[in-house]
Amino acid sequence: MTYLLHILIFIGIYIILSISLNLLAGYTGILSIGHAAFYGIGAYVAALMALKLNSPFLLNIFLAIIASAIIGALVGIPSLRIKDDYFIIATFAFQIIVFSILNNLVSFTGGPMGLPGIPQPVILGIKISSHISFSILITILCAFTFYVSNKIVKSPFGRILKAIREDEIFAQSLGKNISAYKVKIFMISAGLAAIAGVMYATYITYIDPTSFTVMESIFIISIVIIGGAGNLWGSVLGAIVLVMLPEALRFIGLPNAVAANIRQMLYGGLLVAFMLWRPQGFIGEYTFNRNNEK
Amino acid sequence: MKELLKIQNCNKHFDGITALDNFNCEISKNEILGLIGPNGAGKSTLFNVITGFIPADSGMINFKNFNISKKTPSKINNYGISRTFQDLRLIRQMTVLENVLLAFKDQPGEHLENVFFRNNKVKKIESENKKKAMELLKNTGILNKANDLADDLSYGQQKLLSLLCCLASDAELLLLDEPIAGINPAMIEKILSIINELPKQGKSVIIIEHNMDAINKICNRVVFMDAGKKVSEGTPAEVRNDPKVIEAYLD
Repeated sequence: MTYLLHILIFIGIYIILSISLNLLAGYTGILSIGHAAFYGIGAYVAALMALKLNSPFLLNIFLAIIASAIIGALVGIPSLRIKDDYFIIATFAFQIIVFSILNNLVSFTGGPMGLPGIPQPVILGIKISSHISFSILITILCAFTFYVSNKIVKSPFGRILKAIREDEIFAQSLGKNISAYKVKIFMISAGLAAIAGVMYATYITYIDPTSFTVMESIFIISIVIIGGAGNLWGSVLGAIVLVMLPEALRFIGLPNAVAANIRQMLYGGLLVAFMLWRPQGFIGEYTFNRNNEK
Repeated sequence: MKELLKIQNCNKHFDGITALDNFNCEISKNEILGLIGPNGAGKSTLFNVITGFIPADSGMINFKNFNISKKTPSKINNYGISRTFQDLRLIRQMTVLENVLLAFKDQPGEHLENVFFRNNKVKKIESENKKKAMELLKNTGILNKANDLADDLSYGQQKLLSLLCCLASDAELLLLDEPIAGINPAMIEKILSIINELPKQGKSVIIIEHNMDAINKICNRVVFMDAGKKVSEGTPAEVRNDPKVIEAYLD
């Protein structure tokens, strides 16, 4: 049971991460491979607040969202000038910078040793420590993320995001200030990713920089693409499938060391296969295909 | 007649090609101006310069006595200039209705604070806009296509839709880049009659078109351009008989 709840909590964390990336990549067409950096920023901000200032969980999660959104804006602004592949490289650089800071600012972040002993959340006097209470909290946060994202993509604001994805020039010709929309969605995407970071930090109670590398970003992208870009349910489905897949490997009796490597191969293989034969993922409506860029 | 748009001494060079050469032109309120000339004369470049997609090297563009040169395309559209593109731009993965809805101005739902905190207002304006959009589609005979993807329309219907988006954006000046090129005669009639009605609604139009019959039908004034210069200007008949125009076409 504990094992199942543990899986459920991780599915929840990745649903939040993939929905938040989907807003940016799937709906607005801005592919970023720095998403794990925002995940990490959320985790570190909340962990440091809790450890150094002993501040309450709700304040920590709020500040983690704000901090991540502000940094998101700083990364989003270059996206107005550099496009497509070049922007992907820029987000990669951002990912490396964040990792280096977390890894080298030893006095503050603990460097490679990480931050142990992160307190578990206490919300309105209720301590969240059991697997079941964490599952409930993550479900609420997933629902919140889905609600916010769904509201955005179904609104006229979301219509403009899709227009930017399909044809920026047309959107501009209809008077839409596309730069403002890009920065805003970048901030929202980064802010929501921070929620996942906070949950990870307080659930595991230990974080170190290796949890927030480019590999993690690529895993999140895989969820978005395989689940289906431009469809929020696609991200939910993708997270469920990709988190459960390696667990299935466990049951066919592979030794752990082999399973870990097979896991990476499986993700890579799946990503290539989907890109080739089903670029829209399970239920997506957008393909990262050069032909739809004009 | 009051002038709406005034273009003064505009120049634009691309790597040795002169697209606009000291170009001057103006258009009055409620007028349909035809812009004609051979391919490569700089007509589309002129549209791109007016709408801010390409900055002019020099010169001034005034819209309602307000200098719009160096403004961004979205700002210029919000001042009241809307355009279509020669290479037909639409959001193909959205429905016909959504394309028209995208074009409306001042939508509260385009601001996130309204989406989350003033939902009633957002819904109200959205349903009003929907009604307006349906009305536009009905009047132009493509109401039955409202929920089809723009990509699934015929080429002529797509051209019509891009014109409708221009109308929905409620601009005072429409710049139409070959709105009837390559489409069937019935659709040409339909689009021309829409354009012809615009001055009565207080709108002005500059239209680039190679189809001289169409130009004769809807324009009372024509500008002939060649190599970035204004070669001739006047009624369609005057321009057609201008020796300089005949010479430019024979070159």
